[in-house]
Amino acid sequence: MRYPIVSALLVTLIAVAGCSPKPEVGSEVIKIGSVAPLTGPQAHLGKDNENGARLAVEEINAKGLSLGGKPVKLELIGEDDQADPKTGTVVAQKLVDMGVAGVIGHLNSGTTIPASKIYADAGIPQISPSATAIAYTAQGYKTAFRVMTNDEQQGKVLGQFAVHSMGAKRIAIIDDRTAYGQGLADEFEKAAKAAGASVVAREFTSDRATDFTAILTSIKSKNPDVVFFGGMDPQGGPMAQQMKRLGLSAKFLGGDGIQNGNFIKLAGAEAEGTVASLPGLPLDAMPGGAGFKQRFEAKFGPIQVYAPYAYDAVYVLIEAMKRADSAEPAKVVAELPKTDFEGVTGRIRFDAKGDTTGGAVTLYQVKNGAWVVLETVK
Amino acid sequence: MPVVKFLRQRPQLTLLLLAILLAVLPFLVGASLGKSWIRVLDFALLYVLLALGLNIVVGYAGLLDLGYIAFYALGAYLYAWLASPHFGLHLPFWAILPLGALLAGLFGVLLGAPTLRLRGDYLAIVTLGFGEIIRIFMNNLNAPVNITNGPQGMNLIDPIAFGDFAFKGTHHVFGIAFSSAHLYYYLFLACVLLAMLIALRLQDSRIGRAWAAIREDEVAAAAMGINTRNVKLLAFAMGAVFGGLAGGLFAAFQGFISPESFGLMESIMVLCMIVLGGMGNIPGVILGAVLLTVLPEALRYIGDAQRALLGHVAVDPADLRMLLFGCALILMMLFRPEGLLPSRRRQRELHPEEGPGEHASLYDSRG
Amino acid sequence: MDIFVQQLINGLVLGSIYALVALGYTMVYGILELINFAHGEVTMFGAMVALAVIGAVMGVAPELPGILIVLAGVLVAIPVCMLLGFSIERLAYRPLRNAPRLAPLITAIGLSIVLQNVAMLIWGRQYIAFPPLLPKGQYEVLGAHISNLQIFIVALSLLVMLGLWFMVKRTRLGRAMRATAQSREVAQLMGVNVNTVIAATFVIGSALAAVAGVMVSAYYGLAHYYMGFLLGLKAFSAAVLGGIGNIAGAMLGGLLLGVIEALGAGYIGDLTGGFLGSHYQDVFAFFVLILVLVFRPSGLLGERVATRA
Repeated sequence: MRYPIVSALLVTLIAVAGCSPKPEVGSEVIKIGSVAPLTGPQAHLGKDNENGARLAVEEINAKGLSLGGKPVKLELIGEDDQADPKTGTVVAQKLVDMGVAGVIGHLNSGTTIPASKIYADAGIPQISPSATAIAYTAQGYKTAFRVMTNDEQQGKVLGQFAVHSMGAKRIAIIDDRTAYGQGLADEFEKAAKAAGASVVAREFTSDRATDFTAILTSIKSKNPDVVFFGGMDPQGGPMAQQMKRLGLSAKFLGGDGIQNGNFIKLAGAEAEGTVASLPGLPLDAMPGGAGFKQRFEAKFGPIQVYAPYAYDAVYVLIEAMKRADSAEPAKVVAELPKTDFEGVTGRIRFDAKGDTTGGAVTLYQVKNGAWVVLETVK
Repeated sequence: MPVVKFLRQRPQLTLLLLAILLAVLPFLVGASLGKSWIRVLDFALLYVLLALGLNIVVGYAGLLDLGYIAFYALGAYLYAWLASPHFGLHLPFWAILPLGALLAGLFGVLLGAPTLRLRGDYLAIVTLGFGEIIRIFMNNLNAPVNITNGPQGMNLIDPIAFGDFAFKGTHHVFGIAFSSAHLYYYLFLACVLLAMLIALRLQDSRIGRAWAAIREDEVAAAAMGINTRNVKLLAFAMGAVFGGLAGGLFAAFQGFISPESFGLMESIMVLCMIVLGGMGNIPGVILGAVLLTVLPEALRYIGDAQRALLGHVAVDPADLRMLLFGCALILMMLFRPEGLLPSRRRQRELHPEEGPGEHASLYDSRG
Repeated sequence: MDIFVQQLINGLVLGSIYALVALGYTMVYGILELINFAHGEVTMFGAMVALAVIGAVMGVAPELPGILIVLAGVLVAIPVCMLLGFSIERLAYRPLRNAPRLAPLITAIGLSIVLQNVAMLIWGRQYIAFPPLLPKGQYEVLGAHISNLQIFIVALSLLVMLGLWFMVKRTRLGRAMRATAQSREVAQLMGVNVNTVIAATFVIGSALAAVAGVMVSAYYGLAHYYMGFLLGLKAFSAAVLGGIGNIAGAMLGGLLLGVIEALGAGYIGDLTGGFLGSHYQDVFAFFVLILVLVFRPSGLLGERVATRA
């Protein structure tokens, strides 16, 4: 009865020891972690974030960077958190062990929040390019930042836009019951109500669903002028199609989760007229935006959603290092709140919590199969 | 192997060596592989606890449960309700953990009661349904009354604390630095040892034999005077208690829980652990749980291995990790379906020609 | 009224899709008592292969009528999935036929993970859009909207079910399948080549999965390497609901599940004053499933096999 336990442990130890990490490369290399789900249903978004960060790292390396008078090279370490909070913490600890100077990530709020505790304990700066949950920066960690507007900021803009610019009086809201979709939909609902619209239906789906006919039919019976969807393009695309198929003529409105090329592809001709927001200024309106788009797409193919934010997040981190003239996390964390950076997504500054301030939100509409800028709300 | 023989003849020495090894393991692992591996160890122990619990239901009593993770979720949420800013309650862990185990046990009976007539795959699908229902409720009970905070999850859950000694940051005891990951390791280890003891005692008890009888042939067991209803319910409850306890520990350890941690895949993973390790056999179950927690993490180093061998990363490790994991599951089952460390009884059942007795009609063969 | 009719149509179409996939589960379970968890992934492969072919054909001959292009995709997807189904049975299930019941369940889960990741390596992580090739006829029935494709999906699944039913009841292979399902040993003694029959079951089920996969992705307009998992789970539940191992049962279970989901999601919010809403859509499905199994463990149309397992 006893020796199997011993052999069990031995097997484990061998398994563990057989794959010990490589020894440190020279000290002139600065490691930057990038964490996102690279497997599972959100893998396409995760890879997009990593690619955005990778492009920035490659550019900075090509230009050359020196800190404290010594030339340094950046190395991006991409890790997979499977969108699973538990795996997220293990990966976070792994990056901390590897001595990363900062982390770009994670993608989901659900992994970003538990991981932020580990980065905070280690004093390593974390900049999320895409986590929008208010709770992430509300924990009071000095190390937690994001370059994406949070649910509250974006939901407010969307709610006011729906009522004031789209003239919505009767609004139906759908969310996908993820931390992102529900958070955005709740904030949208608050803002729309405050602006004077009535919410006639609140329906729900999941981030795996493809059939929305039942909830859309129910919504149709309530006769809304605007249908708001808090969720991502894989659901938003078919949803737009099914709305038209059911003869639901309300306008379709969404957040940054559907403001991408994939939505238009998935919704086909039915994408026409859809309105969606994206934090930041339009890419083409930014000094470096068009160039970024071109460089990114030449290398990795079409942008999914958040690659520009991951790209900016790397620059924000490196700029802070430059100001500190050091990659030492404590000094970088002290410099990050002073950030004032013109990125490809807009001007990035942080408030006391680590949220972006004065971040603009731009509204877009699909016209002739492409997203066209409607207006930018500062 | 002479060493094995030497140790086998000296059980006390083996036990002592094992105890020392377990005591220093986090330091060994932390020093050689990095602190993230201590976290992996912690999770491995949590999964051992879960696997030991599920093993009572599936391995001992032969009831295929695909919704086991629901009990884990219940334990975790109860801990979060009673020790986080959500309701403003901050009860000590020694009050919450037993409550969580109790709540999970209660739900185990609630789940078990209507499903007593079902066996095999039908039971599996019903338990799967229960598991999903619990998860869906946890995901949606943020309105009209905010009970679970919905998909946003519950944050800032209190760590385990003995008085002022909280399991966070780093503590120095006798000059040795214990991080919270170390402290949780010892706590989880203690829980696992306790669970092992209970599971071992149960196995050879009257109840354990009744479970085995039901597993082998329910009709015959009932004919022998076993109260199959009560005995099955007890299996569900016992398994659920382990799950609830593990859930509470998980919530305290991670400090944040959200419904996505309690999906169907998690239930399937725990089941894979016990089948892979050797159902019904405690060392096997432990081995399975440890392997399946460690393997996906170890597979992250494929990238490093490629860089060392080829000088560059030819295939993205993230692309290969889950693929290799799936292959491992299949190959394992093809070449050793009884698991890595099967119980002796099961080994006999699977290879009747090798051992004494020609008892071929086992509960789970297609007879 | 028009809303109710619309919800019924919604449910019937969704249910027909579940039924198409459920037929594959039920055939395999009927003969082997094995939950072929990888069946959902075979469906996904069908959609992916068809999309790849459709993309290639559109590149070479964009002037062809849309229906022909889709047909080309289906015609390639079917043999590919048949081969896949055959290999799955041969490599992963046959060696385990006499192993403990959980062993093939684990290989099925392993296979499911492997197939997903292989598809991810081949076709990438993106959601792939299904080009709008099929004609978009719309009709209004009692104030509800129904499209050509919806009618086609319902008709197809009915036809497939009837065809299968005919095959199982009237052909030589069908008789061999029924014999094998009853008792493998006796069937063998009666001169049935059990291995061939089981392989044939997998191949036919996989062909159906290919068709179902293309239908699903054409109807919803997208395909993704992860799409098979949830679809498979729902379809399996449908098969159990109807009485697993029973062809008409799979159809009935699929349709019922679809209608329950549609009506549940559509009405429960109003009925409970917003207390329960469409976020509990899956709860209704599982709840009905549990009720049926608890009170009639063999499913709606199944024989009493639950205690045999």
